[in-house]
Amino acid sequence: MTLRMGSRPWVLTILLGASLVFSGCAGSGKEELVVGEYGSLTGNDPTFGQSTKNGVELALDELMTTSQGKIGGLPVRTIVEDDQGRPEEAATVVQKLVTQDQVIAVIGEVASSRSLAAAPICQEAMVPMISPSSTNPKVTEVGDFIFRMCFIDPFQGTVMAKYAGENLQLKQIAILKDVRSDYSVGLTKFFSDAFVAIGGTIVEEQAYSAGDQDFRPQLTAIKAKKPQAIFIPGYYTEVGLIARQARELGLTVPLLGGDGWESDQLLQIGGEALNGAAYSNHFAVDNPDPRLQSFLQKYRAKFGGDPDAIAGLAFDAANVLFQSMQKLYEQDPKAFAGLSSSKAGSDARKEATRKLRDLIATTTNFPGVTGNITLDEHRNASKPAVVLAIKDGKKVYDTTVAP
Amino acid sequence: MSEFLQQLVNGITWGSVYALIALGYTMVYGILRLINFAHGDIYMLGAFAAFYASRWIGAGTDPNPAKALLVFVIAMAACGAAGFLIERFAYKPVRKSSRLSALITAIGVSLLLENGGVLVFGAAPRFFPQIVTPHNISLGMGVNITNQQLIILAVSVLLMAALRFIVINTRVGKAMRAVSYNHTAAALMGISVDRIITFTFVLGSMLAAAAGMLVALQNPRIEPYMGIMPGLKAFVAAVLGGIGNIPGAVLGGLVMGIAEVMVVGYVSPTYRDAIAFVLLIIILLVRPAGLLGKHVAEKV
Repeated sequence: MTLRMGSRPWVLTILLGASLVFSGCAGSGKEELVVGEYGSLTGNDPTFGQSTKNGVELALDELMTTSQGKIGGLPVRTIVEDDQGRPEEAATVVQKLVTQDQVIAVIGEVASSRSLAAAPICQEAMVPMISPSSTNPKVTEVGDFIFRMCFIDPFQGTVMAKYAGENLQLKQIAILKDVRSDYSVGLTKFFSDAFVAIGGTIVEEQAYSAGDQDFRPQLTAIKAKKPQAIFIPGYYTEVGLIARQARELGLTVPLLGGDGWESDQLLQIGGEALNGAAYSNHFAVDNPDPRLQSFLQKYRAKFGGDPDAIAGLAFDAANVLFQSMQKLYEQDPKAFAGLSSSKAGSDARKEATRKLRDLIATTTNFPGVTGNITLDEHRNASKPAVVLAIKDGKKVYDTTVAP
Repeated sequence: MSEFLQQLVNGITWGSVYALIALGYTMVYGILRLINFAHGDIYMLGAFAAFYASRWIGAGTDPNPAKALLVFVIAMAACGAAGFLIERFAYKPVRKSSRLSALITAIGVSLLLENGGVLVFGAAPRFFPQIVTPHNISLGMGVNITNQQLIILAVSVLLMAALRFIVINTRVGKAMRAVSYNHTAAALMGISVDRIITFTFVLGSMLAAAAGMLVALQNPRIEPYMGIMPGLKAFVAAVLGGIGNIPGAVLGGLVMGIAEVMVVGYVSPTYRDAIAFVLLIIILLVRPAGLLGKHVAEKV
């Protein structure tokens, strides 16, 4: 069969016309500052995306009360995209934000696999990307336009290894990791290295894939090795199910984890099975710090319910970005003008985002709700971690570990 | 030893779910020579029907057996109705067309149910209420089973026995077997072939609904795409046992469940999904008609 394209010239005409109309959308010509945000609003771990969105919204509200939502006289607008919790989709939506919406900066993601899928696109386009809460070290290694607002996994792994070895006095631990997640695989390695270094033993290492329903075979194999605790560096959805199934198999040892557990749905899914568990996190809501408490109040008033650390980090990410934009306006108003939508695609825009990047990179002692933020030469924030213990169906602050 | 026995228990419970789904595939194939790819999605519908039903009658807040049974019946009835509608509006119009059209229709229905599910139920996973309070039962030697797993086993066995009774001992069952041999001859004997086909679809859908709800009870996370993998594996299980053969589907489901659990427990969890297909290839190499299937010469 042959394709007779030539006999239908009108098809080509329509396609050509449509492409002209769509390409005409870029650079709306309006005088505004457009910031992109992407996250898993749906999918396997939807509270990650939702909390990020809430945190950024709250930062915008604050900008509204302090300066009518404007920086340097230009209104700030965000475009939020849903990546459905899939790395491929994250790359697609960030490509859209960068090329079609021509945003000046991007905020996202929580899961390291998704940040890693999107980061090369931002780096290539020289658009600063701030991940609020991806902890895998590889994320900011993508390039000098990629930043994060949280500590990284080598630190987080050490925190939990020390907590297990020193605070809980454990010697033998089993690990159950998610093989498809960069975060989980990385954290597993950092945790076991640190735990072995302080004299502990990893008695068993088992794996699953995000989206699995049944973890009994892995847990049965773990049970046979008689560990004193199980380290599960996964995300809350699976962790809740794993906890239930572990208890059903008669595994009663404590469960330990990282910040991937942070969601209000964790306890809803895991229920009583999580009592006695502990995980490392970015903040504890019972911290009396006045900045955090005022954030909590505003969050509760707007969304009802306590924010999780993911929301706090997103709030900080947006504020660091706004502050850097403000600084650019004060130091170099001419370059700042390049951030306006009317300059999309121009050389002035390229210079502006480069200067914006330099200002974000020099963030020092920024008073965030998740602690003071100073970015190091690898564009990572160095901050203390807290350990939360789960007791009687509630998260309770246990200890703080400084870097 | 206790580890092995525990894995065996895990495998049998998981396998009995595959068996329930596989029965639907095998029955429809036996009668229509159609692989109903939408079957795994009916399983998903069953879980969601049970989810909404238990919300509606408040079975999650104060669990009791009567409410759980009611939820179960509602879910099965809902999926039976869905099976009826799918057969009437998707498969019946193409019944006279080539077998390939029917297969493509089945894939279309499957995609429709998955994406329709995302539209109606949302893409985010939901958490199935605990309509049966879980507790552990120790079988000795360190082997544990939960009351939910026992319910899965008991209900599966009960439903399979009921199905066997229907097919072997009732007039409808006799008609089903007749239709499966030869449509035209069955029609000439006064059997309403259309009604028998509809009945088969409804029955198969109800079994899938039961499986969906049983799984949701044990692993309380449900989402619109949950039926894809179990559906595929149950299909493999049906082929493994000899497609069109009812005891074969049960055997295939159990073999599949146990093999999968053993692979995860003793080899590597990454091969969990691969094993289903490796197993299929090996068995078909040795026994082309499946474990219990009879080799029938194709009429040309």
